[in-house]
Amino acid sequence: MATQAANGPAVSMDGRTGDGHYARAFREAFISGLIAFGLFFLLVGLKTDQNIRNELIIVQRWGLLATIVAIVMVGRFAFAAYIWPAVESRRAEAAARAPAIAAPPSFLRRNLVRLAIVLMFLFPVIAVLVEGVQGSLKWIDNFGIQILIYVMLAWGLNIVIGLAGLLDLGYVAFYAVGAYTYALLGKEFGLSFWLLLPAAGAMAAMWGVLLGFPVLRLRGDYLAIVTLAFGEIIRLVLINWREVTNGSAGISSIPKITFFGFFDFDVSSPFYIGKVFDLPTSGVYYKIFLYYLILCLALVTAFVTIRLRRMPIGRAWEALREDEIACRALGINTTNTKLTAFAIGAMFGGFAGAFFAARQGFINPESFVFLQSAIILAIVVLGGMGSLVGIAVAALVMIGGMEALREIEFLKLAFGETFRPEEYRMLIFGLAMVVVMVWKPRGFVGSREPTAFLNERKMVSTEFTREGHG
Amino acid sequence: MAAATMEPVLRVEHLSMKFGGLVAVGDLSFEARRGEITALIGPNGAGKTTVFNCITGFYKPSSGRITMTRSDGAQHLLEQLPDFQIPAKAKVARTFQNIRLFSGMTVFENLLVAQHNRLMAASGYTVLGLLGLGGYRKASAESRDLARFWLDRTGLIGRADDPAGDLPYGAQRRLEIARAMCTGPELLCLDEPAAGLNPKESAALNDLLNDIRDTSGTSILLIEHDMSVVMQISDHVVVLEYGRKISDGAPSYVKNDPKVIAAYLGVDDEDVTEVLEEVGDAHIIAQPETGPDPDHGPSPSGSMLAGPISDTVEHSDDTEYLLQVAPGASKADAVPTTADDLTRVHGIGAVEAERLAARGITHFGQVATLTVAEIAEIEAEIQAEPGRIVREDWMGQAGALAAMAGGEQH
Repeated sequence: MATQAANGPAVSMDGRTGDGHYARAFREAFISGLIAFGLFFLLVGLKTDQNIRNELIIVQRWGLLATIVAIVMVGRFAFAAYIWPAVESRRAEAAARAPAIAAPPSFLRRNLVRLAIVLMFLFPVIAVLVEGVQGSLKWIDNFGIQILIYVMLAWGLNIVIGLAGLLDLGYVAFYAVGAYTYALLGKEFGLSFWLLLPAAGAMAAMWGVLLGFPVLRLRGDYLAIVTLAFGEIIRLVLINWREVTNGSAGISSIPKITFFGFFDFDVSSPFYIGKVFDLPTSGVYYKIFLYYLILCLALVTAFVTIRLRRMPIGRAWEALREDEIACRALGINTTNTKLTAFAIGAMFGGFAGAFFAARQGFINPESFVFLQSAIILAIVVLGGMGSLVGIAVAALVMIGGMEALREIEFLKLAFGETFRPEEYRMLIFGLAMVVVMVWKPRGFVGSREPTAFLNERKMVSTEFTREGHG
Repeated sequence: MAAATMEPVLRVEHLSMKFGGLVAVGDLSFEARRGEITALIGPNGAGKTTVFNCITGFYKPSSGRITMTRSDGAQHLLEQLPDFQIPAKAKVARTFQNIRLFSGMTVFENLLVAQHNRLMAASGYTVLGLLGLGGYRKASAESRDLARFWLDRTGLIGRADDPAGDLPYGAQRRLEIARAMCTGPELLCLDEPAAGLNPKESAALNDLLNDIRDTSGTSILLIEHDMSVVMQISDHVVVLEYGRKISDGAPSYVKNDPKVIAAYLGVDDEDVTEVLEEVGDAHIIAQPETGPDPDHGPSPSGSMLAGPISDTVEHSDDTEYLLQVAPGASKADAVPTTADDLTRVHGIGAVEAERLAARGITHFGQVATLTVAEIAEIEAEIQAEPGRIVREDWMGQAGALAAMAGGEQH
């Protein structure tokens, strides 16, 4: 680091001298400090509170303010003086030896996806071994299942946004349709999850087509607004159609999923897994079962998406994203192509919804607010539109990160004992997203894998792909 | 079969396209013959691309008929087909003036997308293909071969797996042609294929187009600005100006047509007379040709002065239009010497003229002042669908013709 920093100014592109370089870093640090002071003066420096007599008082927190401003200044200085020159010099070096043939990817890189899948299958076993039976519950449920639900939702939305380029802000509506389909039919008619899973998918797909029809002629912002409204309409119907959906109170005691009818996870049932296999009673069996179920559902989503991309319909989706007019000039029925994208994307949302209802045992419209759509969309964008691996990583980072931020204790060392990390997790999280989008504007995986090749498979750089006009 | 091959591959009859008050294309009729390269040329804003958009379904023409005859004799009326069925069913492919490639997909993928409909059917609309059943594998291999074939022909085989957006400009133009050819078209419409090409690329393009015409049985209709390109490769040239056809014929004929020269030199309408007199074509002014007879197809050599003038004068306001017609009508009434040739009004053929004559209507002025009740009666008599006379604007046309006839008298 030190040598790089020393070399940095010398090889930097515009040949700045070392002294001018540090002076500039000081100046930038000072300006950043000023901005941070202005920004946090009211936000952090002053705090309104109630004293013992219930009077509103202003608490002054100059120490905290000074700490934050100092962190910003030091950070900016380090960035301007050391990190950026090092990055620049490395870039220059890379540019200098660009024509060199890229080394074949390492074993780890080539088999990344396979290793990740194996790891995911082993995850509950590892969790139980490390944390014990009761301790593993949190890891399997809060992390494993929660992340995989979002992976599946994001992979479903990826078909609509990443492949077909149709900006859908109301995706959570299909999730809700799937969840209510299972909850209502499962509870009222006692139908099995395995029957209702396809039904939930079909129902969501039907709603996808219903949404698709009116928005066929819309593009870009207009499409986004209509899909957003659609999501809200579904939610408001769920709230107000009390006779069927029980309104805001929601639906409770939704039946659990059975293991294809062989045994189940209901303690009072004669076929309880503990009785069938002579095991001690525990809630962890159901969680592990749910984990593998959602893992399989997510993998099916990925498999179907990969297969569809290599079919004519998948290529037509991507062509639609690239240029709709050219599609029509080639005889592609853009109406059908858009509707299938909406329907198939919605179908996976419906599957995930049915699973969600079965896992929670209780649903109400509060689970299907716009924020959910926004989070799923953020995962797709952060992961890199169209890339399954990138999206999975983004879901891991976003959902896992949000959960993990509840846990971190070390921040208390920096900000004192009264600091509660869970209050700041959205702030930290937003900051992290901004950083990622600045660093990788096209998401974690920025290149597109071609669906077919004649001689060799070359990744397509995102500078050529388009995001779609809606 | 023999009769079908004699039919022109594309027949455009009385095509008009109006955008509000603007007449982009007015009463255009021409033919593109099978196995030939037909060029559509004209100055900027002449309406060439509008004609293309009408043929390929991106615009619905205001009136007129566009007939595509397939080599098996099947006929399609392009103005009635939805745009995506024109390439699929009528086998008309097109390229765009500003290149429209799928730039984030590879060159090879672009050519596969072009074969969408065939692959879609082979994959049992995805269902069978997803399960690995049916003939999808075979169709997929065939599509690769076809793509490879056109990549070879266009010299892009070495860049098959590069993103289309990464190709140089000239190669993108060739790729767009290759992509259009992968749809298996019988008529290929090229919108300024040589625009932005250097002379070498332009020459290569000419070879490619000649090759396509000679070996693949695809007829070509192209728009071009550059007269030299047109003269080299086209078999037949149609010249447009202000949305009207001003010349039509072999390149050598068109090149020497004074109206074309005038159009390209940018002579004012009034000066056309002078130019025509200078080149010894004054008879064109004195004896304007009659409009193409709808019963016998369009005449191959139309002239700018043929056909009704009224189309160029748009009346956006009905009341104003009545006021304008009235003086002309009175003039016509004042000189009821001999019967006017009513067939000069578009929509009035020999049959209609006969029926009108039976009602005692023989002058433009009379047509121009038809009342609503009379119109309804006439429509019933000639078995026209209600509203046709108003739509074809017989009154406006006749008013203008009457005014012109009045002008000639003085």
